[in-house]
Amino acid sequence: MRKLYLVLAALLAAHVALLFVHPSGAQQLDTGAGLDVGIVFDLGGRGDKSFNDGAYLGAERARRELGARVRFIEPGEGSDREAGLRLLAAEGMELVVGVGFIFSDDLTQLAREYPNVRFAGVDYAVALDSIGNAIQPPANLAALKFREEEGSFLVGALAALVGDSKKVGFVGGMDFPLIHKFEVGYRAGVKAVCPDCEVVAQYAGVTPEAFRNPGRGQELALSQYQSGVNVIFHASGSTGLGVFEAARRRGKLAIGVDADQYAEAPGYILTSMVKGVDEAVFDAIKQVADGSFRGGIFQLGLKERGVNYVYDANNRALIPDAVHARVELLRREIIDGKIDVPSVK
Amino acid sequence: MIVLAFLVQTLRIAIPYLFAAAGGVLSERAGIIALTLEGWMLTGAFTAVLGAHYSGSPWVGVLCGVAGGVLAAALHAVACIRYRGDQVVVGIAINLLAVAVTRFFLRLAFDSSSNSPRVVGFEFGTGDGGRGTGVLASLANPLVPLGVLSLVLVWWILYRTPFGLRLRAVGEKPEAAASVGVAVHRIRWIAVLGGGALAALGGTYLALEQHQFTDSMTAGRGFIALAAVIFGKWEPRRVALACLLFAAAETLQIQLQGLQLIPSQFVEMIPYVLTIVAVAGVVGRAAPPAALGKVSE
Repeated sequence: MRKLYLVLAALLAAHVALLFVHPSGAQQLDTGAGLDVGIVFDLGGRGDKSFNDGAYLGAERARRELGARVRFIEPGEGSDREAGLRLLAAEGMELVVGVGFIFSDDLTQLAREYPNVRFAGVDYAVALDSIGNAIQPPANLAALKFREEEGSFLVGALAALVGDSKKVGFVGGMDFPLIHKFEVGYRAGVKAVCPDCEVVAQYAGVTPEAFRNPGRGQELALSQYQSGVNVIFHASGSTGLGVFEAARRRGKLAIGVDADQYAEAPGYILTSMVKGVDEAVFDAIKQVADGSFRGGIFQLGLKERGVNYVYDANNRALIPDAVHARVELLRREIIDGKIDVPSVK
Repeated sequence: MIVLAFLVQTLRIAIPYLFAAAGGVLSERAGIIALTLEGWMLTGAFTAVLGAHYSGSPWVGVLCGVAGGVLAAALHAVACIRYRGDQVVVGIAINLLAVAVTRFFLRLAFDSSSNSPRVVGFEFGTGDGGRGTGVLASLANPLVPLGVLSLVLVWWILYRTPFGLRLRAVGEKPEAAASVGVAVHRIRWIAVLGGGALAALGGTYLALEQHQFTDSMTAGRGFIALAAVIFGKWEPRRVALACLLFAAAETLQIQLQGLQLIPSQFVEMIPYVLTIVAVAGVVGRAAPPAALGKVSE
């Protein structure tokens, strides 16, 4: 039995050690005499090719341009995210950033405990009180939210205009309100340019695993393409890589999400609905630096360039000029408030 | 046409289940709980991608996948057989370890916490995506027939070879087997390593079809395969049917989801509900191998 415990202890120790050992874990980029900024990444950490990398880019830029000293913490799976935030707050950072909606409650709590530290939450989920009104975060906490539905609206219009089919597809990750936002905006975009088009919307599952199941994503996409869909927009994390694989296999198109995903399947990515996480993080740091930082809920939409779709040298050939002009017109109308994009089912 | 598309998709989804369940039957019939199927699959998927990436050959990928699965299974065997660890505890530990280790090496090898670069897969025919666009073309992967044959092979080993007889004896009554000179530990070792290899082939199939490894990409398929083993009462032919049944339910959900006929939550719970039904003895009694999970001296 003692041997058994030794083996188990060794396994456990190895496991715990691996959770903390990251090749580029908690590193300090030490330059300049600017302000101290701490960033805690969401699960996945750097290299997720999505919003963690976006936050990293924003912080890098702040380091270069503002001389900020940035400290990163990458919590592993199951380890305490709150501990990372608390550590940074207690160390006297001037700004602590939590990347991912999962930090929302912890940030609110810590902002109350450390009134002199400023906090920012990327993708912060605003809590609602019992009658459904948004609860304002503390004054030293900036809730950075993105109007994903607006970006989704534009790629929906693109999908319908380029797709050459009465059916357009959507693959979501976990079936829950955060992802419904993408679907609802996308649907509205499709309907705006093609009222009789049908949107086939499917979800990969009902647990967080649904964001990491490319096999399922591929099967969902294959059956959608089979049914006559020519363009699929995914909002499903790495499950979407399966959607791209299906697009490759069938010679159809897919739309990426969060970051420009063109490189994952060159030639098969029509565009990507990108979130300006780098800009948002940079702006937050800059505001702290020049003293204009204030708390509250910030909705970053098309107008604020918080969301956008990719149109560059890579995909210009896939998007006819007339289509691009039409989508840009829609962008103007949304920014001017002429189109009201829904965000709930 | 619709029926054919349905059957083909069912088969594609079933292949990882068939491989993993074959590994599960082999291991469990020898008395070692195969809670580690998920970890074996994930490890296999990762080492397969490593092999395919550095060699440029899918077959090297398959070999590396098998090697990875055997390695993970060896860890399981050392802890459970050599050191008589609690099989459930060790199983859970190795599943967690597999998630962390694959992520660690993913970062080390490819500097990404999300996915590896694209690797070669089994590509036939023309075009970037390979294999053409026909419905049946998606089955043109040598791992598909292997997957179908995996449970047939396990059935044949268990019921048609002297080794299989010994293996079953070891799973039912190890003391009796030992008393007539059967090397209990050696047979369990072989069963677990073989189980690891088979489950890893399931992970390899997933990874090569996807042309890359992504973090935690097996997404619980090992547990569904384990459910199939239990629902199939540890009998390879029934287990194969259970795998196909679960895959058909998934396919049905994928094809009908657009119509909102069946809530996705319902389909996702089918394997587990059926497992509970089987264990509770609603449709005949599911009797596990008598020595399953028991420590043998």
